[in-house]
Amino acid sequence: MHHDNILTRKIQGAVDSGRKALIPFVPAGFPSRERFWDVILELDDQGADVIEIGVPFSDPVADGPVVEKASIRCLEQGVNLDWIFEGLARHRKDIQAGLVFMGYFNPFLQYGVERLSGACKEAGVSGLIIPDLILEEARPYKEVLEENNLAYIPLVGLNTSIERLQEYARLCPAFVYVVSVMGITGTKSGSMQVLGDKLRQVQDTFECPVALGFGISSKDQLESIEEHVDAVVFGSALINHLDEGKSPREFMAGW
Amino acid sequence: MRKGYFGAFGGRFVPELLVPPLAELEEAVDNILPSEAFVKDMDRVGREFVGRPTPLYPCRNLSGELGFDVYLKREDLAHTGAHKINNTVGQALLARHMGKRCLLAETGAGQHGVATATAAAMLGLDCIVFMGALDVQRQSINVHRMELMGAKVEPVESGTRTLKDAINAALRYWIAHQSDTHYCLGSAVGPHPFPLLVRKLQSVIGRESRQQMLEQTGNLPDTVVACVGGGSNAIGMFHPFVEDRQVELVGVEAGGRGGPEDYHSATISRGTPGVLHGTHTFLLQSTEGQILPSHSVAPGLDYPGVGPEHSFLKDSSRARYEVIHDREALKAFNLLSRKEGIIPALESAHAVAWAVENKESIKQGSKVLINLSGRGDKDLDIVRDSGI
Repeated sequence: MHHDNILTRKIQGAVDSGRKALIPFVPAGFPSRERFWDVILELDDQGADVIEIGVPFSDPVADGPVVEKASIRCLEQGVNLDWIFEGLARHRKDIQAGLVFMGYFNPFLQYGVERLSGACKEAGVSGLIIPDLILEEARPYKEVLEENNLAYIPLVGLNTSIERLQEYARLCPAFVYVVSVMGITGTKSGSMQVLGDKLRQVQDTFECPVALGFGISSKDQLESIEEHVDAVVFGSALINHLDEGKSPREFMAGW
Repeated sequence: MRKGYFGAFGGRFVPELLVPPLAELEEAVDNILPSEAFVKDMDRVGREFVGRPTPLYPCRNLSGELGFDVYLKREDLAHTGAHKINNTVGQALLARHMGKRCLLAETGAGQHGVATATAAAMLGLDCIVFMGALDVQRQSINVHRMELMGAKVEPVESGTRTLKDAINAALRYWIAHQSDTHYCLGSAVGPHPFPLLVRKLQSVIGRESRQQMLEQTGNLPDTVVACVGGGSNAIGMFHPFVEDRQVELVGVEAGGRGGPEDYHSATISRGTPGVLHGTHTFLLQSTEGQILPSHSVAPGLDYPGVGPEHSFLKDSSRARYEVIHDREALKAFNLLSRKEGIIPALESAHAVAWAVENKESIKQGSKVLINLSGRGDKDLDIVRDSGI
């Protein structure tokens, strides 16, 4: 269904040119409302293939302290979906990368999933990553997302069974996001052997590209598993970097 | 009804990494919980350790004053002084049957933490309790009790540093430690199967009450009243009466200070449906879906969500939910202490206060059963400071 999705094309484009696709994650309004869009434009300029815009939530249960603190800072500045959509209306035409929203379900539910899908289409957002919306709970929304060509991007982990991987694969997602650790964002990784085996299983099950995230901060981490990964997502490491006042350009140079 | 749902409410809104341990728990709820061996274990531990059955007490003095018959289900007389122990002993036994060696819990006021530490000590399990840093300061005696029984208390510094943040921290910890740890959730909230599991374990309250009412009065009660924070004592009391259509079920929520700008904890009465902590239910939230801080003089009612089954009972009009403010609860706290020699938990005082405040509309001679979910020793400082 989503094989013609821009997200698939962006990631595949990077892979075809012999590199990993880069997917930076930044909470909307971070490091400040003023600087946020400059950060996005600079990440785009520095070769980000897909950009994950975090929609802040008061209780981000899959995230570690770095993302949680950043999200709460954004909320305190009054960031909400309307603010993000307004910004996108001004800047989307200058952004080459594919765009996805990463956020918890309740703010999306309150906005209205149908209304959200329409607004995403209008604003050029092509996918949703919702860490607390698993397969079974996502089903009721499948149709409205598809109508708006909005991809539901599954997160799977080291403990996801082959049966569940197959069920997710049947959704034909634009890409699949593999959580590299048995933990929250920013957690250090465990056995690369175990991760490599799971990645191989994911690769064999899904037809779409495979992205790896959670706790990824440097290229070296990928060495032994490189062949099973098409894209990398980085959040906590980038947030820490920006928080120290450094530029997106410096961060992207490391990749 | 969809699996894991109560009407439109419930579900399993969690990170995918929590699906396997929830599925494992669901299987244990379906298979171990009803097994003969488990039921026997529960009965024995209930009798020997918890002190079940707890008495049903007719309040003769208070009844005389109010003009209708008030009965108290004395969960305050259960071990550790509250209904919480029914749930933790049950989950601890289940965890042991499942081969887990560690119990994980979150706590606000500390009562559920103490009850979990108690069950863990009795069964020889490790115990780790997450508690908002603010609550750790406010409830130092309960922290000490937990530590005495060998539990490790982890202060949570994130967010509002209260119960909801402790739940977030516990869920995060569980993701990383699911193989050997059982999350002993403290109320009838959270993702499926927790609301069902906690209700099954707490239903002993309603089952005993129903039988005791029939034995002691020859009749069912006309009205059953219980306080609702997350709602575990209330769902445990209500559930065995749900099919008795003539019995009115009243859940009492905390209205806090009562001003329009004040934070409160009346989730069903003042909230809107949304998703928090893995379940679709009524919440205190902004129009944008951010969770609002809550407040109640009763620490155990201070939670911005509510168990999904209560949302369903409200939606289907089988139960009604009313609001009592801090001030009325404090007055009822004093009234019950003086009239009956029973010092109620401030949580339970909300349920007592509802009966007192509604004495004009409750029919003379009717039977009102109130769940006295806990004892009030823990609240003496709060009550003294309130000046009421």
